[in-house]
Amino acid sequence: MFGRRFADLLATKFMVVMVALVVSIVLFVGIGLFLKSLPILGSHPLNELLFTTSWKPSKGEFGFLPFIMGTVWVTALAGAIAVPISLLTALYLAEYAPERVRATVKPMVDLLAGIPPVVYGVWGILALSAGGISIGFNVLAGGIVLAIMVIPVVTAIAEEVFRTVPKDVKEASLCVGATQWETAKHVVIRSSLAGVAAAIILGFSRAFGETMAVLMVVGNIARIPSSIFDAAYPLPALIANNYGEVMSVPLYDSALLFAALLLFVVILLFNVIARLVLLRVQRGVA
Amino acid sequence: MNRRKFEETFFKLLMLACLGTVVGSLVAIIAVIAWRGLPALDLAMVTQTPKGGFYLGKEGGILNAIVGSVYLGVGATAVAFVISLPVALYLQREYTRRAWLTGFIRLLLDVLWGIPSIVYGAFGFVVMLYFGMRVSLLGGILALALLEIPILTRSMDEVIRTVSSDLRDASYALGATRWETAIKVVIRQTLPGILTAVLLAFGRGIGDAASVLFTAGYTDRIPTSIFEPVASLPLAIFFQLGTPFPEVQDRAYASATILVALMLLISLSSRLLLKRLTKYVAK
Amino acid sequence: MIIAPVAITSHNTVPGNGHLNGHRIDIRGLNVSADGHTLLDDVTFSIPDRQITAIIGPSGSGKTTLLRCINRLVDSTGGLKVLGEIWVDGENVFGPKVDVTAIRKKIGLISQRPSPLPMSIFDNVAFGPRIHGTRNRSQLSEIVEECLRTTGLWEEVKDRLRAPASRLSIGQQQRLCLARSLAVRPEIILCDEPTSALDPVSAQNIEKKLVELKSDYTIVLVTHILRQARRLADYLVFMYGGELVEHGPARQVFESPEEPRTRSYIGGEIS
Repeated sequence: MFGRRFADLLATKFMVVMVALVVSIVLFVGIGLFLKSLPILGSHPLNELLFTTSWKPSKGEFGFLPFIMGTVWVTALAGAIAVPISLLTALYLAEYAPERVRATVKPMVDLLAGIPPVVYGVWGILALSAGGISIGFNVLAGGIVLAIMVIPVVTAIAEEVFRTVPKDVKEASLCVGATQWETAKHVVIRSSLAGVAAAIILGFSRAFGETMAVLMVVGNIARIPSSIFDAAYPLPALIANNYGEVMSVPLYDSALLFAALLLFVVILLFNVIARLVLLRVQRGVA
Repeated sequence: MNRRKFEETFFKLLMLACLGTVVGSLVAIIAVIAWRGLPALDLAMVTQTPKGGFYLGKEGGILNAIVGSVYLGVGATAVAFVISLPVALYLQREYTRRAWLTGFIRLLLDVLWGIPSIVYGAFGFVVMLYFGMRVSLLGGILALALLEIPILTRSMDEVIRTVSSDLRDASYALGATRWETAIKVVIRQTLPGILTAVLLAFGRGIGDAASVLFTAGYTDRIPTSIFEPVASLPLAIFFQLGTPFPEVQDRAYASATILVALMLLISLSSRLLLKRLTKYVAK
Repeated sequence: MIIAPVAITSHNTVPGNGHLNGHRIDIRGLNVSADGHTLLDDVTFSIPDRQITAIIGPSGSGKTTLLRCINRLVDSTGGLKVLGEIWVDGENVFGPKVDVTAIRKKIGLISQRPSPLPMSIFDNVAFGPRIHGTRNRSQLSEIVEECLRTTGLWEEVKDRLRAPASRLSIGQQQRLCLARSLAVRPEIILCDEPTSALDPVSAQNIEKKLVELKSDYTIVLVTHILRQARRLADYLVFMYGGELVEHGPARQVFESPEEPRTRSYIGGEIS
């Protein structure tokens, strides 16, 4: 009996340690990145880092604005393309699609989510930038590729949210003579606004942090884009492309880790807000 | 009524168009990759490591990357599993009475899921520098494990939650400890779901480049110790694509085809596994 | 007295005004099945005009399915096979060219659990008229006030029409659902256990309203509360296991039921 009790105790202690470990990861990542960003934060004022456009590390100039704007442009375009497509697809799957269609399409959406980013990048080059429709290496190419990566995220969550709308309320709408679409518009979507907002935020979060696929098609020129046909240089690409030279230039490593910190903070905020909203939605239904 | 009917038909068509776009994207991606990749695929690609001049178009293959990715994936998934399973079990009501705690942990896990792999890669790099580690298989495994932990934990949590209280209570009523119940009843019941979660996390791990970029390095050899740098498929694709030689770029497409095939295989097998093994669980 | 070959007993139907033989709804050979399992077995009878027809029977007898056929709500339940006809005002509800939204405008339905739409009290009632084309602000306000008065809700909510409907008590919500149904000017009102989820006072309220409404509307009421049927029904329909067993003027069926099953149910032996 002692052996069994001991095993149970050990197991429990082990679990607690693992939970503590996981819980502290966020903290460690944040603190680690912050500590490594201190050198550059110490030698350059924050508004200079965030709002100037000159990026010449060897001269000690670290203006992140082109990269921040690059990220904003690509993310915004990806969102503009992905959100309507995802929501309409999710609505169709939740309200209109016969069970067989739903059962076939849902795995496809999951598959789309599982395709490695580098493959998206290769496809982007082959189909969008260099071959195929040949739009070049710019915000547009990056936005399209990102949009396809974001669609599975938003679609999956939105579809779940739509499905939680109780049948009674939908039928109540039908019973006064509304069409299926009018019911979808006035009842389903209206009830799901919070959940849909959360889905969209999470989609944007995915777009914001995506590195590989975008890097391969976006052009990587450190200038603020003035149109979607301009090349851009998002923050993740900056970090990925330059890690090699990190050692040779002073403060360069700190600068790149500061970029990582920026990403971390923004995405942390996005995710916390979105998840809290989703929690509220789920609790409200239960 | 005509306007209403028109509106309904219009949006229905629009929805179908969107659906078509989504499905079409999947088909387009696989088709284009296969179209350029399959012709360049030969046995040498899969069975040989790069020989001298591989990046200039001469012989060799990407066995180093294939094996490397497998090493990374298996290692990372194993590490993540050892950490995730206890956490997923702990989230069940037997261990934490306080609802706010489980809610908080789950929220944190969701947040961890959202952190992009480049951040994990950068952080991993920082930690490795601090400990004086060089880029290596070990570094890659740790960074990937960070990526996989939230995925694995949340997936397993979802599956374990579906085990009915009745089943667990029955076990406790027979005098089993929590740990015994966890091992003998809960895990057995959820085994298909857990295996699926593991496979999916593994798939995610193999496919990621940003986290291994700074931490695992790259090499043309197959590592013999975890302290050596290791190649990975995503990086192999990336580097081959970056050369000016069309033959090498073709090899990149072939490598991409291999990676996609691997992902499809993992996805399919996890679905099949789920279907097959669910026969053995209690309803 | 017409005795049908199968176990259906029909008493005389009471002549109404304005419709053939006083029938408002003619149900002919209605058959509903799901996965080979029969929910309604060859149901044929007529519902009289401007009366309260109560459909009674134990659970699983097909009462709700029957009701949902009348306004085509069965369409939204997948996997059902429906055969037969339901004739309302010279039109078969299941006809090929029928406009379902027009049917549902004419035939309203309130269900057991009140389901207010996720909007304000005003918007709930105005929802129907808006959908069918009424945009004029003052017209909508008139309709909303009229319907809320009819269901006795006006005094209680007139100062908070913009408040979310979900904040009302459950009894108020059900009256709101009734007002919402009335706003599209139906001619027939279907009620599926409308008071089961309510407290006794609210239930009484609803019952009172239904009695008041029957002079202008044909009401079909599904209920498992025998006493409610006794209180309200002018015409009674008894269903059992998907079959139509007996139907006729309420007093007649209650006092002298012909079928043994009817007798057992009314006597409280089966429920």
